[in-house]
Amino acid sequence: MALAQQSSPHAHSARPTSRVMLWVILAALPGLLAQTLVFGWGNLINVVWCMALALASEALFLKLRHKPVGFFLRDNTAAVTGLLLGLALPQFTPWWVSGIAVIAAIIVAKQLYGGLGSNPFNPAMVGYALVLISFPVAMTTNWAEASTLWSGAPGLGETLAKIFSGTQVAVDGWTMATPLDEYKHKIATHTAEEVLVHPTFGGFVARGWEWVNIAFLAGGLLLVLMKIITWHIPVAFLAGIVAMSLLFGTNADQYAPLQLHLLAGGTMLGAFFIATDPVSAATSHQGKLIYGAGIGILVYLIRTWGNYPDAVAFAVLLMNFAVPFIDHYTPPRTYGHHKARRGVPGRSGG
Amino acid sequence: MTQLWDFAGGIHPSENKHQSTDRPVRKAALPDLLILPLQQHIGEPAEVAVTIGDRVLKGQVIADVSNGMGVPVHAPTSGVITGIEQRSVPHPSGMADWCILLQPDGEEQWCSLDPVSDYKKLDRNQVLERIRQAGIAGMGGAGFPTDIKLRPPKDRKVDTLIVNGAECEPYITADDMTMREQAVAVISGLQVMAWILRPSRCVVGIEDNKPEAIAAMREAVQGTQIEIAVIPTKYPSGGEKQLIQILTGLEVPSGGIPADIGVMCQNIGTAVAVGQAIFEGKPLISRMVTITGDAVSEPGNFETLIGTPVSQLLEQAGLREDKLDRLILGGPMMGYTLTTDAVPVVKTSNCVIAVAHGELPEPPPEQACIRCGQCALACPMELLPQQLFWYSKAAEFEKAEHLNLFDCIECGACSYVCPSSIPLVQYYRFAKGEIRTQRAEQLKADRARERFEARQARLEREQQEKEERRKQRAQAAAEAQAKKQAEAEQAAAQGEATDDRAAKAALVQQALERKKAKAAAQAKEQPAAPPVEEMPDIEALEKQLTQAEAKLDTMQGMLEEARTQQADNVDKLERAVAKNHDRVNRARQALEDARKQVAEAPASSQ
Repeated sequence: MALAQQSSPHAHSARPTSRVMLWVILAALPGLLAQTLVFGWGNLINVVWCMALALASEALFLKLRHKPVGFFLRDNTAAVTGLLLGLALPQFTPWWVSGIAVIAAIIVAKQLYGGLGSNPFNPAMVGYALVLISFPVAMTTNWAEASTLWSGAPGLGETLAKIFSGTQVAVDGWTMATPLDEYKHKIATHTAEEVLVHPTFGGFVARGWEWVNIAFLAGGLLLVLMKIITWHIPVAFLAGIVAMSLLFGTNADQYAPLQLHLLAGGTMLGAFFIATDPVSAATSHQGKLIYGAGIGILVYLIRTWGNYPDAVAFAVLLMNFAVPFIDHYTPPRTYGHHKARRGVPGRSGG
Repeated sequence: MTQLWDFAGGIHPSENKHQSTDRPVRKAALPDLLILPLQQHIGEPAEVAVTIGDRVLKGQVIADVSNGMGVPVHAPTSGVITGIEQRSVPHPSGMADWCILLQPDGEEQWCSLDPVSDYKKLDRNQVLERIRQAGIAGMGGAGFPTDIKLRPPKDRKVDTLIVNGAECEPYITADDMTMREQAVAVISGLQVMAWILRPSRCVVGIEDNKPEAIAAMREAVQGTQIEIAVIPTKYPSGGEKQLIQILTGLEVPSGGIPADIGVMCQNIGTAVAVGQAIFEGKPLISRMVTITGDAVSEPGNFETLIGTPVSQLLEQAGLREDKLDRLILGGPMMGYTLTTDAVPVVKTSNCVIAVAHGELPEPPPEQACIRCGQCALACPMELLPQQLFWYSKAAEFEKAEHLNLFDCIECGACSYVCPSSIPLVQYYRFAKGEIRTQRAEQLKADRARERFEARQARLEREQQEKEERRKQRAQAAAEAQAKKQAEAEQAAAQGEATDDRAAKAALVQQALERKKAKAAAQAKEQPAAPPVEEMPDIEALEKQLTQAEAKLDTMQGMLEEARTQQADNVDKLERAVAKNHDRVNRARQALEDARKQVAEAPASSQ
């Protein structure tokens, strides 16, 4: 009788990493749909282009590193990185700018650090921050004007042409500053009422943007309900922004109001899909709260007093730096111990 | 309604319990041969008390522990001892251990039993001794001698006695079926233990997925103070620490025992065994075993004699070998695979799962940890499994220990939920093993260092003493020299201008001549005899030479060492080496002279 040998446990739940990542992709689809309806084909094209390039560069580097290509590609993590970049980049970002972002994300931020699980920084945000600093014009002048697909948004062919050949056709009619950018630059010389007459602030918060954010919020809540992410990071992230806004930014004639912070930028995408990247986030519940709150606070600080109208990428990257430190000081109290063992071995008791 | 607390984490694996609860408990058939390991408990192995060929009666002691912790082993049936040899025993490694082989004679003839009708008239120690004599060791898995467990440390009072009827592991239903069919026996045994410990609270914790057992137990506790606590089904609620937390809200201190917080847990099977030992006088010779899994056609529970080979139980449960993938002893979360079905059922065996192909599939290949934290959410001990995994994998054991690696109960919840199929528990077992080995080695190294340092100190002391003596001798010699010189000067002053050296040389010459003459005379007297007197001289000189050479070697070695260590006695050693060089040369010269002399001697003797 030949008996198989195996170590316990013999039972396993069936939710592999690949499926977790697939759910992240599916949960982001409402947001992508909203983006497409509100801003036209740009995001969808970006997503397809970035995902394809992400998978290709991941495959190339896996091959160079002599790793099983198919096995690692099927974990869907490169696809998620590509997706997040596609969702975050301006709608008319030239193909080569998004390409550089993807390559920096997959090759530099992920594969050069040792691949999945070894990257200290959120790959998508490394790519985003790189192109934001390197190509500020391309990254600030290519945001689509919110005009629904069925009412005047550029068609698929025009959008493709704009992204891939750089034609300058009727650009003025297509693009527009983002609401946060607009508000930030106008408020210095105008009152809130004067600023808010700009078409970008149509709708109830910021034309189109609010629906995109609500769609990402809905997808994010799905992830929380499915226990793919926990509530800690998104809630702390949003709470950080709310707290900062209530503390410092109640005067709408001076600072962007809270509803703009929450629903007019990349806040919901950042809170539920980007900051929750487990690889580069803190691990314990307490640590996640600190990490999320830190991102929220930094987002507000940079948006309000920094040079960038939206700041999720920088805030996430800065808090990525702090993760090992946070992790050292926020372990949970283990059963049967009086208190948690903080810090590093030899420095503290427990 | 009993107040309940929750424990952190936990998982809800598929229960798979109904397969083995559909049929009533069956009595396992008497096997052809019983294999009785000498060590079925924690502690010292039992010593054999029978010899091959002995006929033993059912319930007779066949091995006992005379020295140290342990409980006796009894003959589960009457029959003949046919061997005492190494056999495969239930162990993750599949190792063999000493077993007594008993061939049943089918007569089931009991030895004389000594039941107690009213145990309360006995002394508590007498009752505990009866429990020990009955060979009872914790039947939940650890096999800790029950009588010792029932004697908590003097300064610890057990306030809460818990009987663990949670049985949270999937597949296993041995305790469930015991409670359903022998609820009164469980309660009787519990009452004996309660009488011994005098707790203020006595509670049986049962998961709410066992309604029949709960009903039976509720009926059995009518009119007693014993509580039946129905707890939510969540793995690992049956872990001792978790059950204590659920029922009392208290946590067993890390590294401590439940008695530290006034709690004790006992197993359902153990309670039944204690009751039998007291009320019937019967030792622990059988237990409930669940045989289940898709590879058996009639899964169920068997009242099984200790020592029954697993193969026979599987046969009775209708094993289909073509479907069998592996055998798990215990449950799917914490059980281990058997290397052979020839191992016997022992006092701690509660379940054998005959796993069919595809039933509990092997996890897919391990992927990278994505730090998702599902493991931390599942951990009932509130550890950080992923950090423990990183540190175990990187052999950073100090950090793993800092994060309380040794509080891990190896329940497997983290591995169960890991989306990257990382065999986390294996990493922790590896790290624990490595740390234990390192500690043992550290202890060994410490002892060796102490020994070495003691030796160094002794050698140094001896060296100093030697040096002291040498100085004294040198002083004495110097004094003698001075005295001689003074005498010589005196003599010179008296006009005897004798050359000291010439005089000495003359004396040596005279002695040599005398010797030569003597040798010649002897040779003349015994012409055939070899010049025996001359030989020992050479030998002695050779010895002297080797000794001198050896000493020179040592001195040179010491000098080398002193040079490399830049010690301050280098000059001294250099002088010593030079002196020894002279000595060796002189010895060599003397030997050569002697050899020449010997070579000449026979010629002169002829």
